[in-house]
Amino acid sequence: MSIPTDIAAAVPSAEGAAAVPVDAREDIGREISRIGRMCRALRHRSLLIGLVICIVLVAMCAAAPLLTSLDPNAQDPMATFQAPGAAHIMGTDAFGRDIFARVLYGGRTTMLASLSVVILGSIVGTAVGLVAGYFGGAVNFVLMRLVDLLLAFPGILLALTITAILGPGLDNGIIAIAIVLVPVYARLVEGATAEVCRRPYVEAAVTLGAGPFFIIRRHILPNVQSSVIVMTTTWLGIAALWITGLGFIGLGVRPPDPEWGAILNDGQMAIMLAWWITVFPGLMLSLFVVGVNLIGDGLRDELDPTLSRST
Amino acid sequence: MMMNYLIRRVAAIIALAFGISLLVFLIIRLIPGDPVLALLGTNAGNKEMIDRLHHQLGLDVPIYIQYFKWIGHVLGGNFGYSYGYQRPVLSLIEANFPATIELTLAALTLSVIFGTALGVMAALKRGRMADTAGMGFALTLMSIPNFWLGLLLILAFAVTLPWFDVVGGTTLKGLVLPAVTLACGTMGFNARFVRSSILAAQTQKHVITARAKGLGRARVFVRHIFRNALLPILTVVGLQLGQLLSGTVIVETVFSRPGLGRLLVQAILSKDYLTVQAVVLIIAVIYALTNLIVDLLYPVLDPRIARR
Repeated sequence: MSIPTDIAAAVPSAEGAAAVPVDAREDIGREISRIGRMCRALRHRSLLIGLVICIVLVAMCAAAPLLTSLDPNAQDPMATFQAPGAAHIMGTDAFGRDIFARVLYGGRTTMLASLSVVILGSIVGTAVGLVAGYFGGAVNFVLMRLVDLLLAFPGILLALTITAILGPGLDNGIIAIAIVLVPVYARLVEGATAEVCRRPYVEAAVTLGAGPFFIIRRHILPNVQSSVIVMTTTWLGIAALWITGLGFIGLGVRPPDPEWGAILNDGQMAIMLAWWITVFPGLMLSLFVVGVNLIGDGLRDELDPTLSRST
Repeated sequence: MMMNYLIRRVAAIIALAFGISLLVFLIIRLIPGDPVLALLGTNAGNKEMIDRLHHQLGLDVPIYIQYFKWIGHVLGGNFGYSYGYQRPVLSLIEANFPATIELTLAALTLSVIFGTALGVMAALKRGRMADTAGMGFALTLMSIPNFWLGLLLILAFAVTLPWFDVVGGTTLKGLVLPAVTLACGTMGFNARFVRSSILAAQTQKHVITARAKGLGRARVFVRHIFRNALLPILTVVGLQLGQLLSGTVIVETVFSRPGLGRLLVQAILSKDYLTVQAVVLIIAVIYALTNLIVDLLYPVLDPRIARR
């Protein structure tokens, strides 16, 4: 019978006890335990499938210069609306631009923008939630009423409203959608923080004179991080859909730069003539969102069993 | 008890409506630069028009007075004048509102009926092939971007099979594809949510008691499981009305269908901020009212809530 790795690390063995300092042994134990958890998580079918899909898509987009020598913005008036074939495996658009190159380079923009949205939204939202939950009282009241107000708007409507104020463009789109995410994270983290703050070990830390920053970092963040990670994967897919949605309606990336939503907008213009401009970027986007959602499902089952789909 | 609950909810919604109106009021004040110049667009060189609009919008008085003047006008149905469309914003709203409501309700009906059916089927066949396939399908529905799905439907039903009116139609035949497109995401979510709710309700003690008493499977399911699972589903459906309303922004653009969503996109693109304000306010208020209705229905469906 194998000894659980964290216990094994905590019990000093005869030969290793003297050689390895206790702190280092704890770190090694924690690391082994973390790897064990990761291996177990990878046995989760949907998590594994999602990871494979996302890794393949990210690798394809990252390796775009290796997969195609064509410039995504290079126009060729002699090769407009060419169907998929040997020269252009995903065909060309109204300007003779290669769709394969545009899909690969556009994927970089879409994925990076979606990632930026969730990173920005999660950092600010988590900070707001931590402050509101930890300090409570008037601070909590003011922050959470603002959160309620922002949550009173349907997400995409709020994003569009902020885009209307900031003006069209990818950067503004990222900021707009990140702002929509802030109250979502804040609400989640505030509840969890308030709950953790009532636990005896937090009270003990306060009694021992620990400062708010130490308590938040050492006791609260580790307790809320699973929920934040699960929510981040869920929202990564939604962020990708919204970013491309803004691109599709003409409020995202500026032409001629490629982005999956903007390419789909080009596809709509020429839908009767060239199905390939619509089908390929949409397929890539759908696969990416399916992959991210599968990862989200898997992580939720592994990290946050109370929210598990398979309850 | 019930009266207290009612008063609490209505008071909360009044506070929220005030907050929403304040935020919408600020849209035009947060635009960098002089909002009047943005509103006038190509007419921005006309000094007389600039001064008149400054006065009309009340931008020459303190901001709190501006708010009260604005809210007074809005409550009287005066949303201002759209310089882009050369007509009052209210008439634009009146012309576009019915088509959007029709589309939203059609999509909500589709997503509730088919989403619930799929979720119930998956819950009843838990762990079997039908469950895995059903939930895989639900996840796909959630993941497909609705503008792509709309374009695929146009490709299939306009280019290949001319079964439905596709672009710009407000007939019943023209409603089918946009409603299906709009409904898909929420349908997938509903299926997963209904499945989880039913599985959670199945483990309740009263369900085990009902089974132990020898009640039939159908009766246990309808009376004891589904009724308890209905409550969380109702909340989700309430929230979805707002999501679907704002989802029309994309779907109406794909199908070139008249409606508030398309009006909003065009207003943003043409910097017609008064129209943006009006559409955002209307959708947000409908969203808030729907949530109020859901909250008020709660104690009717579950009397325990009114006692809290």
